[in-house]
Order: sequence, then structure tokens, then C-alpha cells
Amino acid sequence: MIEVVVTGLGATTPLGGDVTSTWDALRAGKSGIVALTEDWVDHFDLPVRIAAKLAVDPADSLPRVQARRCDRCEQVAIIAAREAWQHAGAPEVEPERLAVVIGTGIGGALTLLGQDDLLESAGIRKVSPLTIPMLMPNGPAAQVGLDLGARGGVHAPVAACASGAEALAIAWRMLRAGEVDVVVAGGAEACIVPITVAGFAQMRTMSTRNDEPERASRPFDIARDGFVLGEGAGIMVLERAEFAAARKATRHGRLAGVGTSSDGHHITAPEPEGIGAGRAISAALRTAGLDKADVGHVNAHATATPVGDVAEAAAIRNAVGDHVVVTAPKGALGHLIGAAGAVESLACVLALRDGVVPPTVNLEDLDPGVALDVVTGSAREVRLHAAVNDSFGFGGHNVALAFTAV
Amino acid sequence: MTNEEILSGLATIVHEVAGIEENEITPEKSFVDELDIDSLSMVEIAVQVEDHFGVKVPDDVLANLKTVGDAVDYVAKTT
Repeated sequence: MIEVVVTGLGATTPLGGDVTSTWDALRAGKSGIVALTEDWVDHFDLPVRIAAKLAVDPADSLPRVQARRCDRCEQVAIIAAREAWQHAGAPEVEPERLAVVIGTGIGGALTLLGQDDLLESAGIRKVSPLTIPMLMPNGPAAQVGLDLGARGGVHAPVAACASGAEALAIAWRMLRAGEVDVVVAGGAEACIVPITVAGFAQMRTMSTRNDEPERASRPFDIARDGFVLGEGAGIMVLERAEFAAARKATRHGRLAGVGTSSDGHHITAPEPEGIGAGRAISAALRTAGLDKADVGHVNAHATATPVGDVAEAAAIRNAVGDHVVVTAPKGALGHLIGAAGAVESLACVLALRDGVVPPTVNLEDLDPGVALDVVTGSAREVRLHAAVNDSFGFGGHNVALAFTAV
Repeated sequence: MTNEEILSGLATIVHEVAGIEENEITPEKSFVDELDIDSLSMVEIAVQVEDHFGVKVPDDVLANLKTVGDAVDYVAKTT
């Protein structure tokens, strides 16, 4: 049986421009959510005036010409992938045995809107010839593939808010099938633009706690009123364990198993009993060869919508049990959409490595429908062997990833 | 406008679009083979040349502008 190990981590998030700053802020219970100051918030009189914006502008971290040829969602993917690649010790791998799998929920929203504005105002002459490669949702994966010279396949799963987790699941399957030796995998998103904010707001899925940005994202709290839109990227370097061992790479954890399912219920609403979500979690444990009792920690998807959080809690109770220590990182990070599952999986690996589960920011009064041990207030030290990351997406996508400590 | 002025204006545009140092942008250099400029950037350069010098650069002309010198000569004769 081929084992899959995590050898590199990279991220840029609302909490920090790299993994260390993000993880430190998560452990400390800091919030990355701020007031939106863009003109368009007033112009369109949007009911949502908060977001989780990147702590570090990605354009400042790339050479000027590369930045101008890439949409913001591609920029964050490149930055996180470079960090992960260096963290992994820049593996020497045949290009044909190196793959990239990076998902996004939306793709190049800023480019699509910006170029449409130019088309409307100045005509086709002003539309960039780079418009399509900047807006296509496989752009983040393709740009990272180019950056690393990967020739073993470049894939871009699109599964709304489960995209980043689905990318890790596909990477795991590729490695287990023996297709490649190394996969750079994760998610990237940068879609804080008027139409996405307006669209999500019209669904009534977003928090409107505009006067208190830092307190707006409240997973599992009785007073939660929706998610806060965020942006960022999270990338892992995953390797066939024997390949990593041969090059004496440092292992930070194992991706031991994955589970995917679909609700078949509604285009956006989660199945309220969490049955599909539970099936994904059970499949992750089964493929990992783990018993429920082995799992000490669940990093929950919990976006802070009224329906979603209790459905997920039911899934966790049924598929794992109520003995697990749970955290919901979106209280701090906001909802990074297609990057969420990847960034939160990074947190899962670091929780296993460090034996620390970060607090759920803004969880003050646990919804009685949750009935789980959710960490609140400050980080909790816990000795962990295995942990599960949940990710769910509009469309009924469910992904669960089971990580184990090395 | 002198050829030197045209070259200087063109070099600024090429630097902006493709990041190549302006002193590398000399008349004998091929856009594609020596300056490593791709077809997408060539379209951007053509649009900026049109705006900056007030000329038209149709696609069939653009396809034949192989070197920096070709572009300078084209601008010189059409302005």
C-alpha cells in the first residue's frame, strides 16, 4: 500500500502572508476580518460591508511582470506553492513524476470584471490578450505547474467551497495509484468583488454584523448569522512516502485517507441531517484504516450559517463520535471558499504536529444543536494521533480528509 | 520624430509589458527569439504602440514586425 506524506506547507491568508504567521494567529485566536472600504460597497449599497482580506498583498511578493500577467487568485497560488516547495526542500523529481492539483471556487473574478469594464468603456482594443488565461479557473493550477515545470499532470477541481479539499483528495488518489511521486496540491481564491458579495448576500448566507467585523464570523455560536467572505491560498507538497524517505525529506504528517460524497439534495442547502457529509467522513476513516476512537480532532467546515453548522455537527457525531476535540477556523480566517479546505487542512496537520487545537474565534454561546466539544477562548493542548478536516461546497460536494501524525 | 525617439518610446512600452531592461531593447533584437516575448505580450505592445505613437498596427503588419528595428521603421514611416 502506498503511503502519502506531507512534506511541505505554504499559505497566504487574512491572518498572515505565510504558514508560520497564519498558524501563530490561529493559535492566538486572532481575527482576520476587516471592514470593506472599497467605493463599490457604498455605490451598490451592499448589505455586507466586511470581508477577510489578505494580510499581505500578493502583487507585492511577485516580480512586477509576473504579477501583471496573473489574476490575484493565481498570484496567491504561486506564492503559497513556492513556500510549500521550499519548505519541502525543493524536491528533485522528474518533471513527468510531478503533478499539480489546485482548485478554486470562482477563478479570476477580478479579471473578468475588470476586463468587462474595459470592453464596455473603451472597446475591444483595451481588452487584455491575457484575459482568458487570467480568468480561467484552471489558471492557479496551470501557473503553479509552469512555475515548477510539472509535466505529470495539472488539474483544477472545481467544487465550490470544497475545491481545495477535493484537490488534496485527487492528489492522494494520484499518489496511491502510483501515477506520480510528488503532487503540489491545494486551493486558491480571490473573489472579493461586488458581484460575489452581492450574490452571496442575496442568498442570505453572509453575516451582516458590519459594525463588529472581528466578531462577525461565529461558527457554532447561537448568534451566528452567516459566513464572511475571504481570500487566500493553501498548498501542500504531498509525496509517495518511499520517495520522500529516499531523499530524506522531513515529514510533517500523513494524508492517510480521503472520503468524498455528494448530497443529491439541493443546489445550495446542505442535507439537514448531515448524512452525505457523514458518509464522506466515514469513507475517509475507512480508507485511512482508522477507527472512530483513533480520531482525536476534527477541523470543521462550519461556515457559521444557521443550517450548515448543525448539519455538520450531526455528521461529526454520527461518523466519528462526540469524543473529538473540534475547532472551526472560519471564526478567525473567514471563508476562503476554494482555498478553505486547503488552508484548514494545513491547520489540521499543524495541530497534529504541535499537539495544539486552536480556539474557535467568537464562539461564546454554543448552539445546543451542536453538542460537541468545540474549543473556545484559547488554544487547547491535546495529544493527537489522527485528525479529520471537513469541507463542503454548494452543489452538495462533501470532502473529508484524514491526517495522521508521523 | 527621430528613430532614436521612437526606439526610446518603444523600449519604455516593451519594458512595461515584458519587464525587459530598456538598454537590452536594441534595433537588431528579435522580439520572439531574443527578447523572449510571447504572442500575447506582442498584442499588448501593439495596442500601446498605437496609443503612444498614434499609428495603426493591423494584425498582418504585427506578424511581420520581427525585430525592434522593424517596429521602429514601421512607426517612422507611418507617422
